[in-house]
Amino acid sequence: MAFYFVQFLTGLASAASLFLVASGLSIIFGVTRIVNFAHGAFYMLGAYIAFSLTERLSGALGFWGGIVVAALAVAVIGVIVEIVLLRRIYHAPELFQLLATFGLTLMVEDLVVLIWGPDDLVGRRAPGFKGAVDFFGQNIPSYDLFLIVLGPVVLGALWLLFQRTRWGILVRAATQDRDMVAALGVNQKWLFTSVFAVGVFLAALGGALQIPRDAVHHAMDLRIIVEVFVVVVIGGLGSILGAFVAAVLVSELNAFGILIFPTISLILVFLVMAVVLVIRPWGLFGKKEAPARRTPGLTVIPWRPLTSVERLASVVALALVAMLPFIAGNYALTVGAEIAIFVIFAASLHFLMAVGGLASFGHAAYFGLGAYGVAFLAKMAGLPMIVCILLGPLLGALGAAVFGAFAVQLSGVYFAMLTLAFAQIVWSIAFQWVAVTGGDNGILGLWPEKWAASPSHFYWLALGVSAFVVSVLRLITFSPFGYALRGMRDSPLRSESIGINGKRIQWTAFIIAGTTAGIGGALFAYLKGSVFPDNMGISLSVDALVMVLLGGVETVPGAIFGAIVYKALNIWLVSQTDWSKLVLGIFIVLIVVVFPKGIVGVVESVMQRRRAAAPKAAALSAKMEGAQ
Amino acid sequence: MSLGVSLLSVEGLSKSYGGIHAVRSVSFMLQAGEILALIGPNGAGKSTCFDMLNGQNVPDSGRITVMGGETTGRKPREVWRLGVGRTFQITATYPTMTVRENIQVALVSHHRRLYDFWTPMMSIERGEADRLLDLVGMAGYAERPCGELAYGDLKRLELAIALANQPKLLLMDEPTAGMAPRERVELMRLTAKIAREQSIGVLFTEHDMDVVFEHADRILVLNRGSLIAQGSPAEVRANREVQAIYLGEGLLYDAVHREGASA
Repeated sequence: MAFYFVQFLTGLASAASLFLVASGLSIIFGVTRIVNFAHGAFYMLGAYIAFSLTERLSGALGFWGGIVVAALAVAVIGVIVEIVLLRRIYHAPELFQLLATFGLTLMVEDLVVLIWGPDDLVGRRAPGFKGAVDFFGQNIPSYDLFLIVLGPVVLGALWLLFQRTRWGILVRAATQDRDMVAALGVNQKWLFTSVFAVGVFLAALGGALQIPRDAVHHAMDLRIIVEVFVVVVIGGLGSILGAFVAAVLVSELNAFGILIFPTISLILVFLVMAVVLVIRPWGLFGKKEAPARRTPGLTVIPWRPLTSVERLASVVALALVAMLPFIAGNYALTVGAEIAIFVIFAASLHFLMAVGGLASFGHAAYFGLGAYGVAFLAKMAGLPMIVCILLGPLLGALGAAVFGAFAVQLSGVYFAMLTLAFAQIVWSIAFQWVAVTGGDNGILGLWPEKWAASPSHFYWLALGVSAFVVSVLRLITFSPFGYALRGMRDSPLRSESIGINGKRIQWTAFIIAGTTAGIGGALFAYLKGSVFPDNMGISLSVDALVMVLLGGVETVPGAIFGAIVYKALNIWLVSQTDWSKLVLGIFIVLIVVVFPKGIVGVVESVMQRRRAAAPKAAALSAKMEGAQ
Repeated sequence: MSLGVSLLSVEGLSKSYGGIHAVRSVSFMLQAGEILALIGPNGAGKSTCFDMLNGQNVPDSGRITVMGGETTGRKPREVWRLGVGRTFQITATYPTMTVRENIQVALVSHHRRLYDFWTPMMSIERGEADRLLDLVGMAGYAERPCGELAYGDLKRLELAIALANQPKLLLMDEPTAGMAPRERVELMRLTAKIAREQSIGVLFTEHDMDVVFEHADRILVLNRGSLIAQGSPAEVRANREVQAIYLGEGLLYDAVHREGASA
């Protein structure tokens, strides 16, 4: 009994940090409507800076002072980020904001390795809380008790801040209607900046307070951000009390899950989240989201199918690309096959995201499921390659059918966070279920059969499948189903009132996207000869998002060009520099700020402008002739 | 007016939020080809009433019957399948599609071809879509992006969309809100003409009394959730309670409308 009680207390202690970070995220979201992906990075920075400060400063004052100064320093970094970057993108679609802050995360990940090195750092123990308290023969670290008290204290302090201060009232007002607050003459710029600073301070404090408990390392940002997303989804975005309750719930689930279901402990939390979302889609303490803002100036060029000239041009282009094996070496062909596979992957996400308006942040799950599907069929059932490629993606389809059914109940950022969480479930299974998936070691030795083994043959296979999948998705985009799907993106109210069961349409689209992603994954498994949990990791999901956005989310062929440019750049970068994440992060931030319409989007609007200008010029010259 | 089975029959419809009775025991009938106006001050419960008829809101009690079949508590899309078209106070259309495509989606839904993955939309129901556009006087607009339309045109487009499933009943929530005076008259004339020709029953809410008195066959007056009067325009106009609550009793008002009527 005592053991369980101690386990319970450990859970409560973990909840403190989680609550600090989650409440920061919630506060920032409430006012700025930005889901700050970089929150994990700020948490990590807080931990690293606190580590350095507490190593150098001695005594109790040095330790506690170091913690607070670290959090303040990170808050200052946050202010700079807000002023330099976020202010430019408050009016961008929420997807771009998530992406920009993800770019920041990538940069920070490489920067901390540059500054502090790649090894785990073990911090000092907290002065005054070094020992343990005996509880019926069980030891409770006294620092845990400190954290248990700290959580409710911070909750109370935040409550006072928001209920009793002028600033707090302004923040609450802005959370309800920020345009109204601006109309009342409040300087919105500085309100946003200060809110961001407070949120980042809380994240950094959460990180700094962890150093006596956990080693500091450069991957702690992704681990915490996924947990924080789960917490705010369960608690309700924008609710501080919700963040507290959910942080306790999640931490206790983690603490007891590992005792009761050691092999699936990682999944447990996500299962609970799925259940909460089904019962209360806006979280335990959340409110229903206001309808998404339409971003002015977005998508005014209606989509149209290819003209016969354009179709011919595409076929010619494809034929030219198919000539590659006659001029290029094996390395180039392998790179070419990889790009073709990523065109499939990006096109499948594009279908969901651009046509369906459902931005999945966990699309790699279905890519990875397709890859594992192939691995299971080939390694366990020993089926021939062609059968594996045909049936493997069905695992992606199955995953999409199950997760999609939940995910399409939500929209916007909730959809993004839920898909991310589902991808983490799948990743955890691949990682933890060693007996079946091989865990971190993956499944090796998946080589293509003779007919596809040479680089040129495999290249042609990948190119052919890619062209086929892209054509099919394009056909669906311009079919009645594609229009019904776009209809749900444009106006769910209108769709419902003309008899369309929108959720079923979106679910079907989710399965189509999951299946096609699975096809990409199936080919990828044969290209690499192996599958690993990272084939379904967050970074792969984000790669796909960047490809779609780089190409242009408002265009039909954007994903193809985005995938080609991004993948080629990525492969080249990794071969050139050790700091590819840093360069990639900068690149993503630049796309969002400078290039929000993507490559194809820019080309299309230039062409549109020319087309619009041409008849006007003709009419004008006719008029002038008439006048003469 | 025929006395057959009524198109829409509402019995004892009620809805309250907390302690506030938004709609209290409202009953009325609507015949085919009849144009019925629902009027009342702001907060009278008109929109709540409408949302319940359409299926967007579930009544606490009461019965809604459309063409003999009960629709109480059904989802909007199910109500639509029974032949009930709806337009919105704030227009809801697909801004990234062309005007014709907006109607095509409704037609495709009506013909249950939403799960057709292969046929290009371009070739589906084009003629029918253009016929509907022509009907609402928008023949030249087919290729225009819907997002570029002026507000009045959006309202007309919504009417065309609402007619796509050959409805027997049209529910129009403030069809002329936000329009210029001349556009209002034109839109309601058009609606009335279509309703008479195709024998469609129309229920609409409206704040512009000129529109109401010119086109409604009958008027329902709602105040604080309860029906306080119903009858022909003349009856309602003469009703003292309605005057006090909603129309006002000013001499100017009387003068304008008496003259209008006699001219």
